[in-house]
Amino acid sequence: MLLSDYTFQTVAIGSAILGLISGVLGTFAVLRKQSLLGDGVSHAALPGVVLGFILIGSKNTEFLLLGALLSGLLSTLLITTIVKYSRIKFDSALALIMSVFFGLGLVLLTYVQKIPNANQAGLNRFIFGQASSLMRRDVNLMIICGSILLLLLIIFWKEFKIFTFDSEFAQSLGFSPKKLDLLLSLMTVTGIILGLQTVGVILMSAMLVAPAVAARQWTNKLSVMAFLGAIFGAISGIFGTAVSSFIPKLPTGPTIVLFASLIVLISILLAPGRGILHRLYRQKHNRSLNIERRAENDSTI
Amino acid sequence: MDLKTKLEYVIEVADLTVAYDVKPVLWDVDLKIPKGKLMAVVGPNGAGKSTLIKAILNLLIPISGNIKFIQNRADTKSNIKNRVAYVPQSGNVDWDFPSTVLDVVLMGRFGLLGWIKRPGKADVDIALQTLKKVGMEDYSSRQISQLSGGQQQRVFLARALVQQADIYFMDEPFKGVDTKTEKAIVLLLKDLKDQGKTVVVVHHDLQTVTEYFDWVTLINLRVVASGPVDEVFHQENLRQTYRSTGMLLKGMAV
Repeated sequence: MLLSDYTFQTVAIGSAILGLISGVLGTFAVLRKQSLLGDGVSHAALPGVVLGFILIGSKNTEFLLLGALLSGLLSTLLITTIVKYSRIKFDSALALIMSVFFGLGLVLLTYVQKIPNANQAGLNRFIFGQASSLMRRDVNLMIICGSILLLLLIIFWKEFKIFTFDSEFAQSLGFSPKKLDLLLSLMTVTGIILGLQTVGVILMSAMLVAPAVAARQWTNKLSVMAFLGAIFGAISGIFGTAVSSFIPKLPTGPTIVLFASLIVLISILLAPGRGILHRLYRQKHNRSLNIERRAENDSTI
Repeated sequence: MDLKTKLEYVIEVADLTVAYDVKPVLWDVDLKIPKGKLMAVVGPNGAGKSTLIKAILNLLIPISGNIKFIQNRADTKSNIKNRVAYVPQSGNVDWDFPSTVLDVVLMGRFGLLGWIKRPGKADVDIALQTLKKVGMEDYSSRQISQLSGGQQQRVFLARALVQQADIYFMDEPFKGVDTKTEKAIVLLLKDLKDQGKTVVVVHHDLQTVTEYFDWVTLINLRVVASGPVDEVFHQENLRQTYRSTGMLLKGMAV
Protein backbone atom coordinates (compact mmCIF):
# COMPACT_ATOMS: atom_id res chain seq x y z
CA MET A 1 0.00 0.00 0.00
CA LEU A 2 2.72 2.37 1.05
CA LEU A 3 5.01 1.14 -1.69
CA SER A 4 2.57 2.30 -4.35
CA ASP A 5 2.33 5.74 -2.76
CA TYR A 6 3.43 8.43 -5.20
CA THR A 7 5.49 10.44 -2.70
CA PHE A 8 7.21 7.33 -1.44
CA GLN A 9 8.06 6.26 -4.98
CA THR A 10 9.51 9.66 -5.80
CA VAL A 11 11.67 9.77 -2.70
CA ALA A 12 12.77 6.15 -3.07
CA ILE A 13 13.75 6.62 -6.71
CA GLY A 14 15.63 9.82 -5.89
CA SER A 15 17.49 8.18 -3.00
CA ALA A 16 18.32 5.12 -5.07
CA ILE A 17 19.77 7.25 -7.86
CA LEU A 18 21.77 9.28 -5.37
CA GLY A 19 23.13 6.07 -3.82
CA LEU A 20 23.99 4.66 -7.23
CA ILE A 21 25.89 7.73 -8.40
CA SER A 22 27.74 8.31 -5.17
CA GLY A 23 28.65 4.62 -4.98
CA VAL A 24 30.35 4.74 -8.38
CA LEU A 25 32.03 8.12 -7.91
CA GLY A 26 33.00 7.17 -4.37
CA THR A 27 34.94 4.20 -5.74
CA PHE A 28 37.37 6.59 -7.38
CA ALA A 29 37.39 9.03 -4.45
CA VAL A 30 38.28 6.21 -2.04
CA LEU A 31 40.96 4.73 -4.31
CA ARG A 32 42.49 8.16 -4.84
CA LYS A 33 42.56 8.58 -1.06
CA GLN A 34 40.32 11.62 -1.36
CA SER A 35 37.47 10.34 0.78
CA LEU A 36 37.50 13.56 2.78
CA LEU A 37 37.03 15.67 -0.31
CA GLY A 38 33.35 14.78 -0.24
CA ASP A 39 33.07 16.16 3.26
CA GLY A 40 34.87 19.35 2.26
CA VAL A 41 32.89 19.99 -0.90
CA SER A 42 29.50 19.32 0.66
CA HIS A 43 30.15 21.66 3.60
CA ALA A 44 31.55 24.26 1.25
CA ALA A 45 28.36 24.10 -0.80
CA LEU A 46 26.23 25.71 1.93
CA PRO A 47 27.16 29.38 1.31
CA GLY A 48 26.45 28.77 -2.39
CA VAL A 49 22.95 27.55 -1.58
CA VAL A 50 22.14 30.55 0.62
CA LEU A 51 23.77 33.06 -1.74
CA GLY A 52 21.80 31.55 -4.60
CA PHE A 53 18.64 32.20 -2.62
CA ILE A 54 19.65 35.76 -1.68
CA LEU A 55 20.60 36.71 -5.24
CA ILE A 56 17.75 35.07 -7.10
CA GLY A 57 15.17 35.06 -4.33
CA SER A 58 13.77 31.77 -5.43
CA LYS A 59 13.73 28.40 -3.77
CA ASN A 60 13.86 26.57 -7.06
CA THR A 61 16.12 23.59 -6.42
CA GLU A 62 17.95 24.12 -9.72
CA PHE A 63 19.13 27.61 -8.75
CA LEU A 64 20.10 26.61 -5.25
CA LEU A 65 22.04 23.60 -6.49
CA LEU A 66 23.75 25.75 -9.11
CA GLY A 67 24.94 28.01 -6.28
CA ALA A 68 26.07 24.92 -4.38
CA LEU A 69 27.94 23.66 -7.42
CA LEU A 70 29.77 26.95 -7.89
CA SER A 71 30.83 27.30 -4.29
CA GLY A 72 31.75 23.60 -4.14
CA LEU A 73 33.98 24.02 -7.18
CA LEU A 74 35.47 27.21 -5.79
CA SER A 75 36.40 25.39 -2.59
CA THR A 76 38.07 22.55 -4.53
CA LEU A 77 39.99 25.09 -6.55
CA LEU A 78 41.11 26.90 -3.40
CA ILE A 79 42.20 23.67 -1.74
CA THR A 80 44.31 22.58 -4.70
CA THR A 81 45.79 26.07 -5.03
CA ILE A 82 46.76 26.17 -1.37
CA VAL A 83 48.40 22.75 -1.59
CA LYS A 84 50.25 23.76 -4.74
CA TYR A 85 51.58 27.14 -3.69
CA SER A 86 52.19 26.72 0.03
CA ARG A 87 53.64 24.11 2.31
CA ILE A 88 50.23 23.37 3.78
CA LYS A 89 49.25 19.74 3.25
CA PHE A 90 46.02 18.53 1.67
CA ASP A 91 44.25 17.53 4.89
CA SER A 92 44.96 20.87 6.59
CA ALA A 93 43.94 22.88 3.55
CA LEU A 94 40.74 20.86 3.32
CA ALA A 95 39.85 21.33 6.99
CA LEU A 96 40.57 25.03 6.70
CA ILE A 97 38.51 25.72 3.59
CA MET A 98 35.70 23.44 4.68
CA SER A 99 35.16 25.19 8.02
CA VAL A 100 35.56 28.68 6.57
CA PHE A 101 32.96 27.99 3.88
CA PHE A 102 30.58 26.21 6.25
CA GLY A 103 30.92 29.05 8.78
CA LEU A 104 30.18 31.58 6.06
CA GLY A 105 27.17 29.51 5.05
CA LEU A 106 25.81 29.49 8.60
CA VAL A 107 26.33 33.26 8.95
CA LEU A 108 24.46 33.86 5.68
CA LEU A 109 21.71 31.48 6.73
CA THR A 110 21.18 33.32 10.03
CA TYR A 111 21.15 36.62 8.15
CA VAL A 112 18.54 35.39 5.70
CA GLN A 113 16.35 34.09 8.48
CA LYS A 114 16.25 37.56 10.03
CA ILE A 115 15.00 39.26 6.88
CA PRO A 116 11.29 39.93 7.41
CA ASN A 117 8.89 38.46 4.88
CA ALA A 118 11.62 36.53 3.15
CA ASN A 119 10.29 33.19 2.15
CA GLN A 120 13.37 31.50 3.49
CA ALA A 121 11.87 28.54 5.28
CA GLY A 122 13.29 25.30 3.97
CA LEU A 123 16.88 26.37 3.38
CA ASN A 124 17.72 24.48 6.55
CA ARG A 125 16.93 21.29 4.74
CA PHE A 126 20.31 21.44 3.04
CA ILE A 127 22.15 21.04 6.32
CA PHE A 128 20.64 17.75 7.39
CA GLY A 129 18.83 16.97 4.18
CA GLN A 130 15.14 16.41 3.77
CA ALA A 131 14.51 13.59 1.39
CA SER A 132 10.75 13.88 1.89
CA SER A 133 10.88 17.29 0.18
CA LEU A 134 12.08 15.65 -3.05
CA MET A 135 9.70 16.34 -5.91
CA ARG A 136 9.33 14.64 -9.24
CA ARG A 137 11.24 17.42 -11.01
CA ASP A 138 14.10 17.13 -8.50
CA VAL A 139 14.26 13.44 -9.25
CA ASN A 140 14.20 14.16 -12.99
CA LEU A 141 17.16 16.50 -12.53
CA MET A 142 18.99 13.74 -10.65
CA ILE A 143 18.22 11.25 -13.40
CA ILE A 144 19.52 13.57 -16.12
CA CYS A 145 22.70 14.59 -14.27
CA GLY A 146 23.27 11.04 -13.06
CA SER A 147 23.01 9.64 -16.59
CA ILE A 148 25.53 12.18 -17.86
CA LEU A 149 27.92 11.32 -15.02
CA LEU A 150 27.64 7.58 -15.65
CA LEU A 151 28.07 8.10 -19.38
CA LEU A 152 31.24 10.14 -18.86
CA LEU A 153 32.53 7.45 -16.53
CA ILE A 154 31.96 4.74 -19.12
CA ILE A 155 33.55 6.80 -21.90
CA PHE A 156 36.69 7.66 -19.93
CA TRP A 157 36.80 4.43 -17.91
CA LYS A 158 40.23 3.36 -19.17
CA GLU A 159 41.69 6.83 -18.58
CA PHE A 160 40.27 7.16 -15.07
CA LYS A 161 41.53 3.70 -14.22
CA ILE A 162 45.14 4.29 -15.26
CA PHE A 163 45.14 7.80 -13.79
CA THR A 164 43.91 6.50 -10.43
CA PHE A 165 46.43 3.66 -10.31
CA ASP A 166 49.54 5.44 -11.59
CA SER A 167 49.08 9.04 -12.69
CA GLU A 168 52.75 9.51 -13.57
CA PHE A 169 52.69 6.54 -15.92
CA ALA A 170 49.42 7.82 -17.37
CA GLN A 171 51.15 11.12 -18.08
CA SER A 172 54.07 9.35 -19.78
CA LEU A 173 51.51 7.80 -22.16
CA GLY A 174 50.07 11.20 -23.00
CA PHE A 175 46.99 11.19 -20.77
CA SER A 176 47.11 14.55 -19.03
CA PRO A 177 46.59 14.00 -15.28
CA LYS A 178 45.56 17.65 -14.99
CA LYS A 179 42.64 17.22 -17.38
CA LEU A 180 41.61 13.89 -15.88
CA ASP A 181 41.83 15.25 -12.35
CA LEU A 182 39.73 18.23 -13.34
CA LEU A 183 37.09 16.12 -15.04
CA LEU A 184 36.88 13.56 -12.23
CA SER A 185 36.77 16.25 -9.54
CA LEU A 186 34.07 18.11 -11.46
CA MET A 187 32.05 14.91 -11.69
CA THR A 188 32.51 14.13 -8.01
CA VAL A 189 31.47 17.63 -6.98
CA THR A 190 28.38 17.38 -9.18
CA GLY A 191 27.50 14.03 -7.62
CA ILE A 192 27.89 15.46 -4.13
CA ILE A 193 25.73 18.47 -4.90
CA LEU A 194 22.99 16.21 -6.25
CA GLY A 195 22.82 14.51 -2.87
CA LEU A 196 22.58 17.65 -0.74
CA GLN A 197 18.81 17.86 -0.79
CA THR A 198 18.43 14.22 0.20
CA VAL A 199 21.02 13.64 2.92
CA GLY A 200 22.37 17.14 3.54
CA VAL A 201 25.87 18.60 3.69
CA ILE A 202 26.87 16.82 6.88
CA LEU A 203 26.01 13.27 5.90
CA MET A 204 26.84 13.46 2.20
CA SER A 205 30.43 12.32 2.62
CA ALA A 206 29.17 9.08 4.16
CA MET A 207 27.15 8.41 1.01
CA LEU A 208 30.30 8.88 -1.06
CA VAL A 209 32.60 6.76 1.07
CA ALA A 210 30.50 4.02 2.66
CA PRO A 211 29.26 2.10 -0.44
CA ALA A 212 32.74 2.21 -2.00
CA VAL A 213 34.50 1.03 1.15
CA ALA A 214 32.01 -1.82 1.49
CA ALA A 215 32.41 -2.75 -2.19
CA ARG A 216 36.22 -2.89 -1.91
CA GLN A 217 35.86 -5.69 0.66
CA TRP A 218 34.15 -8.06 -1.76
CA THR A 219 36.20 -7.76 -4.94
CA ASN A 220 39.63 -7.29 -6.46
CA LYS A 221 38.42 -5.81 -9.72
CA LEU A 222 37.85 -2.11 -10.27
CA SER A 223 34.79 -2.56 -12.49
CA VAL A 224 33.15 -4.92 -10.00
CA MET A 225 33.97 -2.53 -7.17
CA ALA A 226 32.26 0.36 -8.97
CA PHE A 227 29.28 -1.86 -9.78
CA LEU A 228 28.94 -3.13 -6.21
CA GLY A 229 29.33 0.43 -4.91
CA ALA A 230 26.39 1.45 -7.08
CA ILE A 231 24.29 -1.49 -5.88
CA PHE A 232 25.11 -0.90 -2.20
CA GLY A 233 24.34 2.81 -2.57
CA ALA A 234 21.03 2.17 -4.31
CA ILE A 235 19.99 -0.48 -1.77
CA SER A 236 20.78 1.90 1.10
CA GLY A 237 18.67 4.56 -0.62
CA ILE A 238 15.65 2.33 -1.12
CA PHE A 239 15.77 0.57 2.26
CA GLY A 240 16.45 3.79 4.13
CA THR A 241 13.45 5.43 2.51
CA ALA A 242 11.23 2.41 3.15
CA VAL A 243 12.15 2.04 6.82
CA SER A 244 11.78 5.75 7.50
CA SER A 245 8.33 5.66 5.88
CA PHE A 246 7.15 2.76 8.02
CA ILE A 247 8.35 4.24 11.28
CA PRO A 248 6.91 7.68 11.96
CA LYS A 249 9.22 10.61 12.74
CA LEU A 250 12.30 8.79 11.42
CA PRO A 251 14.28 11.14 9.12
CA THR A 252 15.02 9.64 5.71
CA GLY A 253 18.55 10.95 4.99
CA PRO A 254 20.13 9.74 8.25
CA THR A 255 18.34 6.38 7.92
CA ILE A 256 19.85 5.95 4.45
CA VAL A 257 23.29 6.70 5.85
CA LEU A 258 22.72 4.23 8.69
CA PHE A 259 21.85 1.54 6.14
CA ALA A 260 25.00 2.29 4.17
CA SER A 261 27.02 2.05 7.39
CA LEU A 262 25.38 -1.28 8.21
CA ILE A 263 26.51 -2.62 4.84
CA VAL A 264 30.03 -1.39 5.58
CA LEU A 265 30.01 -3.13 8.96
CA ILE A 266 28.80 -6.41 7.49
CA SER A 267 31.35 -6.19 4.67
CA ILE A 268 34.27 -5.46 6.97
CA LEU A 269 33.34 -8.36 9.21
CA LEU A 270 32.16 -11.01 6.79
CA ALA A 271 33.68 -10.49 3.33
CA PRO A 272 35.76 -13.45 2.18
CA GLY A 273 39.46 -12.70 1.90
CA ARG A 274 39.54 -9.17 3.30
CA GLY A 275 36.91 -9.64 6.03
CA ILE A 276 38.00 -9.66 9.68
CA LEU A 277 36.36 -12.99 10.50
CA HIS A 278 37.97 -14.70 7.54
CA ARG A 279 41.37 -13.34 8.49
CA LEU A 280 40.98 -14.42 12.10
CA TYR A 281 39.96 -17.87 10.93
CA ARG A 282 42.97 -18.09 8.64
CA GLN A 283 45.35 -17.02 11.41
CA LYS A 284 43.93 -19.62 13.74
CA HIS A 285 44.03 -22.24 11.04
CA ASN A 286 47.68 -21.47 10.29
CA ARG A 287 48.53 -21.57 13.96
CA SER A 288 46.96 -24.96 14.50
CA LEU A 289 48.72 -26.21 11.36
CA ASN A 290 52.02 -25.03 12.78
CA ILE A 291 51.36 -26.72 16.11
CA GLU A 292 50.53 -29.97 14.32
CA ARG A 293 53.66 -29.72 12.26
CA ARG A 294 55.75 -29.04 15.33
CA ALA A 295 54.18 -32.00 17.04
CA GLU A 296 55.04 -34.18 14.06
CA ASN A 297 58.62 -32.95 14.08
CA ASP A 298 58.86 -33.64 17.79
CA SER A 299 57.59 -37.17 17.37
CA THR A 300 60.09 -37.89 14.59
CA ILE A 301 62.95 -36.75 16.83
CA MET B 1 87.54 7.99 -32.19
CA ASP B 2 86.27 6.78 -35.51
CA LEU B 3 83.55 4.77 -33.78
CA LYS B 4 82.31 7.79 -31.92
CA THR B 5 81.61 9.86 -34.96
CA LYS B 6 79.38 7.09 -36.27
CA LEU B 7 77.16 7.22 -33.19
CA GLU B 8 73.55 7.96 -33.80
CA TYR B 9 71.73 9.83 -31.06
CA VAL B 10 68.07 9.51 -30.11
CA ILE B 11 67.77 12.26 -27.55
CA GLU B 12 69.71 15.47 -27.00
CA VAL B 13 69.34 17.34 -23.73
CA ALA B 14 70.67 20.89 -23.67
CA ASP B 15 71.04 23.38 -20.79
CA LEU B 16 68.56 21.52 -18.60
CA THR B 17 68.01 23.03 -15.16
CA VAL B 18 65.38 21.70 -12.77
CA ALA B 19 64.55 22.91 -9.28
CA TYR B 20 62.06 21.88 -6.61
CA ASP B 21 61.00 25.10 -4.91
CA VAL B 22 64.27 27.01 -4.96
CA LYS B 23 66.69 24.14 -4.55
CA PRO B 24 68.24 23.14 -7.88
CA VAL B 25 68.27 19.40 -8.51
CA LEU B 26 69.81 19.48 -11.96
CA TRP B 27 72.07 22.27 -13.08
CA ASP B 28 72.80 23.06 -16.70
CA VAL B 29 72.77 19.48 -17.91
CA ASP B 30 73.86 18.64 -21.43
CA LEU B 31 73.47 15.03 -22.46
CA LYS B 32 73.28 12.97 -25.60
CA ILE B 33 71.70 9.55 -25.46
CA PRO B 34 73.09 7.22 -28.13
CA LYS B 35 70.84 4.86 -30.04
CA GLY B 36 70.94 1.15 -29.29
CA LYS B 37 72.92 1.42 -26.06
CA LEU B 38 72.30 0.21 -22.55
CA MET B 39 72.96 3.30 -20.52
CA ALA B 40 73.21 3.48 -16.73
CA VAL B 41 72.55 6.75 -14.93
CA VAL B 42 74.68 6.62 -11.81
CA GLY B 43 75.10 9.02 -8.91
CA PRO B 44 74.56 9.45 -5.18
CA ASN B 45 71.15 9.84 -3.54
CA GLY B 46 69.52 13.12 -4.43
CA ALA B 47 71.84 13.64 -7.40
CA GLY B 48 68.88 14.16 -9.72
CA LYS B 49 68.87 10.80 -11.50
CA SER B 50 65.10 10.23 -11.40
CA THR B 51 64.55 13.92 -12.03
CA LEU B 52 66.62 13.72 -15.20
CA ILE B 53 64.46 10.89 -16.53
CA LYS B 54 61.25 12.64 -15.58
CA ALA B 55 62.36 15.87 -17.23
CA ILE B 56 63.21 14.04 -20.45
CA LEU B 57 59.79 12.36 -20.35
CA ASN B 58 58.15 15.75 -19.84
CA LEU B 59 56.69 14.64 -16.49
CA LEU B 60 57.90 17.82 -14.81
CA ILE B 61 58.50 21.35 -15.97
CA PRO B 62 62.15 22.42 -16.02
CA ILE B 63 63.29 25.97 -15.28
CA SER B 64 65.20 26.01 -18.51
CA GLY B 65 66.47 23.62 -21.09
CA ASN B 66 65.65 21.90 -24.28
CA ILE B 67 64.98 18.24 -24.93
CA LYS B 68 65.16 17.11 -28.51
CA PHE B 69 63.94 13.74 -29.74
CA ILE B 70 65.74 12.92 -32.93
CA GLN B 71 63.59 11.29 -35.53
CA ASN B 72 65.31 8.42 -37.30
CA ARG B 73 64.32 7.19 -40.67
CA ALA B 74 63.70 3.70 -39.35
CA ASP B 75 61.25 4.88 -36.70
CA THR B 76 57.75 3.69 -37.29
CA LYS B 77 56.02 5.90 -34.76
CA SER B 78 55.77 9.60 -35.37
CA ASN B 79 54.31 10.40 -31.95
CA ILE B 80 57.06 10.96 -29.38
CA LYS B 81 54.84 9.68 -26.57
CA ASN B 82 54.62 6.34 -28.31
CA ARG B 83 58.36 6.14 -28.96
CA VAL B 84 59.26 6.15 -25.29
CA ALA B 85 58.28 3.78 -22.50
CA TYR B 86 58.69 4.47 -18.81
CA VAL B 87 59.15 2.10 -15.90
CA PRO B 88 58.60 4.15 -12.74
CA GLN B 89 59.79 3.01 -9.32
CA SER B 90 57.37 0.31 -8.29
CA GLY B 91 57.10 1.70 -4.76
CA ASN B 92 55.28 4.80 -5.99
CA VAL B 93 51.89 3.17 -6.54
CA ASP B 94 49.33 1.62 -4.24
CA TRP B 95 49.61 -2.12 -4.87
CA ASP B 96 46.33 -2.67 -3.03
CA PHE B 97 44.55 -1.21 -6.06
CA PRO B 98 41.78 -3.59 -7.17
CA SER B 99 43.40 -5.00 -10.28
CA THR B 100 44.90 -8.16 -11.72
CA VAL B 101 48.38 -8.55 -13.19
CA LEU B 102 46.92 -8.70 -16.70
CA ASP B 103 44.94 -5.48 -16.07
CA VAL B 104 48.10 -3.61 -15.13
CA VAL B 105 50.12 -4.93 -18.08
CA LEU B 106 47.29 -3.95 -20.44
CA MET B 107 47.67 -0.36 -19.24
CA GLY B 108 50.88 -0.27 -21.26
CA ARG B 109 48.75 -0.52 -24.41
CA PHE B 110 46.64 2.52 -23.52
CA GLY B 111 49.09 4.99 -25.07
CA LEU B 112 48.94 3.29 -28.46
CA LEU B 113 45.15 3.09 -28.23
CA GLY B 114 44.77 6.79 -27.47
CA TRP B 115 41.76 8.34 -25.75
CA ILE B 116 38.50 6.44 -25.25
CA LYS B 117 39.33 3.33 -27.35
CA ARG B 118 39.35 0.10 -25.35
CA PRO B 119 41.98 -2.64 -25.46
CA GLY B 120 40.89 -5.58 -27.60
CA LYS B 121 41.87 -9.19 -28.06
CA ALA B 122 45.09 -8.32 -29.89
CA ASP B 123 46.19 -6.21 -26.92
CA VAL B 124 45.38 -9.02 -24.50
CA ASP B 125 47.41 -11.45 -26.62
CA ILE B 126 50.42 -9.14 -26.62
CA ALA B 127 50.09 -8.67 -22.85
CA LEU B 128 49.96 -12.43 -22.24
CA GLN B 129 52.97 -13.06 -24.51
CA THR B 130 54.91 -10.38 -22.67
CA LEU B 131 53.98 -11.84 -19.30
CA LYS B 132 55.48 -15.10 -20.52
CA LYS B 133 58.63 -13.24 -21.52
CA VAL B 134 59.08 -11.89 -17.99
CA GLY B 135 58.26 -15.28 -16.45
CA MET B 136 54.89 -14.29 -15.02
CA GLU B 137 52.52 -16.22 -17.30
CA ASP B 138 51.05 -18.14 -14.36
CA TYR B 139 50.18 -14.93 -12.56
CA SER B 140 48.06 -13.14 -15.16
CA SER B 141 44.83 -13.33 -13.15
CA ARG B 142 46.56 -12.84 -9.80
CA GLN B 143 45.55 -9.85 -7.66
CA ILE B 144 48.47 -7.39 -7.64
CA SER B 145 48.45 -7.00 -3.86
CA GLN B 146 49.68 -10.59 -3.60
CA LEU B 147 52.90 -10.00 -5.55
CA SER B 148 56.41 -9.91 -4.10
CA GLY B 149 58.74 -6.98 -4.81
CA GLY B 150 60.46 -8.87 -7.62
CA GLN B 151 57.14 -9.84 -9.18
CA GLN B 152 55.88 -6.25 -9.01
CA GLN B 153 58.98 -5.14 -10.89
CA ARG B 154 58.45 -7.80 -13.55
CA VAL B 155 54.86 -6.62 -13.99
CA PHE B 156 56.00 -3.02 -14.43
CA LEU B 157 58.60 -4.15 -16.92
CA ALA B 158 55.98 -6.10 -18.87
CA ARG B 159 53.72 -3.04 -18.85
CA ALA B 160 56.50 -1.04 -20.52
CA LEU B 161 57.41 -3.83 -22.96
CA VAL B 162 53.89 -4.03 -24.39
CA GLN B 163 54.28 -0.41 -25.46
CA GLN B 164 56.71 -1.67 -28.10
CA ALA B 165 58.60 1.58 -27.85
CA ASP B 166 62.04 2.53 -29.20
CA ILE B 167 63.46 4.09 -26.05
CA TYR B 168 63.02 2.70 -22.54
CA PHE B 169 63.51 4.67 -19.34
CA MET B 170 63.67 2.67 -16.12
CA ASP B 171 63.86 4.09 -12.63
CA GLU B 172 65.79 1.65 -10.43
CA PRO B 173 64.33 -1.57 -11.82
CA PHE B 174 66.64 -3.61 -9.56
CA LYS B 175 65.43 -2.01 -6.34
CA GLY B 176 64.07 -4.55 -3.88
CA VAL B 177 64.24 -7.52 -6.25
CA ASP B 178 65.79 -10.92 -5.64
CA THR B 179 68.92 -12.08 -7.47
CA LYS B 180 66.94 -14.33 -9.77
CA THR B 181 64.73 -11.44 -10.91
CA GLU B 182 67.76 -9.18 -11.31
CA LYS B 183 69.39 -11.69 -13.67
CA ALA B 184 66.11 -12.08 -15.58
CA ILE B 185 65.75 -8.31 -15.98
CA VAL B 186 69.35 -7.97 -17.19
CA LEU B 187 68.67 -10.59 -19.86
CA LEU B 188 65.59 -8.67 -20.96
CA LEU B 189 67.57 -5.43 -21.16
CA LYS B 190 70.21 -7.07 -23.33
CA ASP B 191 67.44 -8.52 -25.47
CA LEU B 192 66.02 -5.02 -25.98
CA LYS B 193 69.45 -3.77 -26.93
CA ASP B 194 69.85 -6.57 -29.46
CA GLN B 195 66.59 -5.40 -31.06
CA GLY B 196 68.19 -1.99 -31.53
CA LYS B 197 66.25 -0.33 -28.72
CA THR B 198 67.77 2.27 -26.46
CA VAL B 199 67.57 1.65 -22.72
CA VAL B 200 68.32 4.21 -20.00
CA VAL B 201 68.41 2.84 -16.45
CA VAL B 202 68.76 4.69 -13.16
CA HIS B 203 71.15 2.41 -11.31
CA HIS B 204 72.47 2.28 -7.78
CA ASP B 205 74.87 -0.62 -7.62
CA LEU B 206 78.32 0.48 -8.79
CA GLN B 207 79.61 -3.11 -8.66
CA THR B 208 77.45 -4.24 -11.55
CA VAL B 209 77.74 -1.27 -13.92
CA THR B 210 80.55 -2.75 -16.03
CA GLU B 211 78.80 -6.10 -16.19
CA TYR B 212 75.32 -4.86 -17.16
CA PHE B 213 75.83 -1.71 -19.21
CA ASP B 214 77.90 -0.45 -22.12
CA TRP B 215 77.25 3.25 -21.62
CA VAL B 216 77.18 5.29 -18.44
CA THR B 217 76.27 8.79 -17.31
CA LEU B 218 77.71 9.92 -13.99
CA ILE B 219 75.63 12.59 -12.44
CA ASN B 220 75.58 14.73 -9.34
CA LEU B 221 73.58 17.89 -9.91
CA ARG B 222 75.65 18.31 -13.07
CA VAL B 223 76.75 15.66 -15.51
CA VAL B 224 80.24 14.60 -14.41
CA ALA B 225 80.84 12.35 -17.37
CA SER B 226 78.95 10.45 -20.02
CA GLY B 227 80.29 7.87 -22.44
CA PRO B 228 81.24 4.24 -22.94
CA VAL B 229 81.65 2.40 -19.65
CA ASP B 230 85.29 1.40 -20.30
CA GLU B 231 86.28 4.99 -21.03
CA VAL B 232 84.29 6.93 -18.47
CA PHE B 233 83.65 4.64 -15.51
CA HIS B 234 86.95 5.11 -13.65
CA GLN B 235 88.06 6.02 -10.15
CA GLU B 236 88.66 9.71 -10.85
CA ASN B 237 85.17 10.35 -12.29
CA LEU B 238 83.56 8.32 -9.53
CA ARG B 239 85.43 10.31 -6.90
CA GLN B 240 84.12 13.50 -8.47
CA THR B 241 80.58 12.15 -8.62
CA TYR B 242 80.49 10.88 -5.06
CA ARG B 243 82.73 13.61 -3.63
CA SER B 244 80.01 15.33 -1.66
CA THR B 245 78.79 12.13 -0.02
CA GLY B 246 82.14 10.96 1.34
CA MET B 247 81.25 7.50 0.17
CA LEU B 248 84.14 5.08 0.11
CA LEU B 249 84.69 3.12 -3.03
CA LYS B 250 86.24 0.19 -1.32
CA GLY B 251 86.70 -2.93 -3.39
CA MET B 252 86.07 -1.17 -6.69
CA ALA B 253 88.15 -2.86 -9.30
CA VAL B 254 88.45 0.04 -11.69
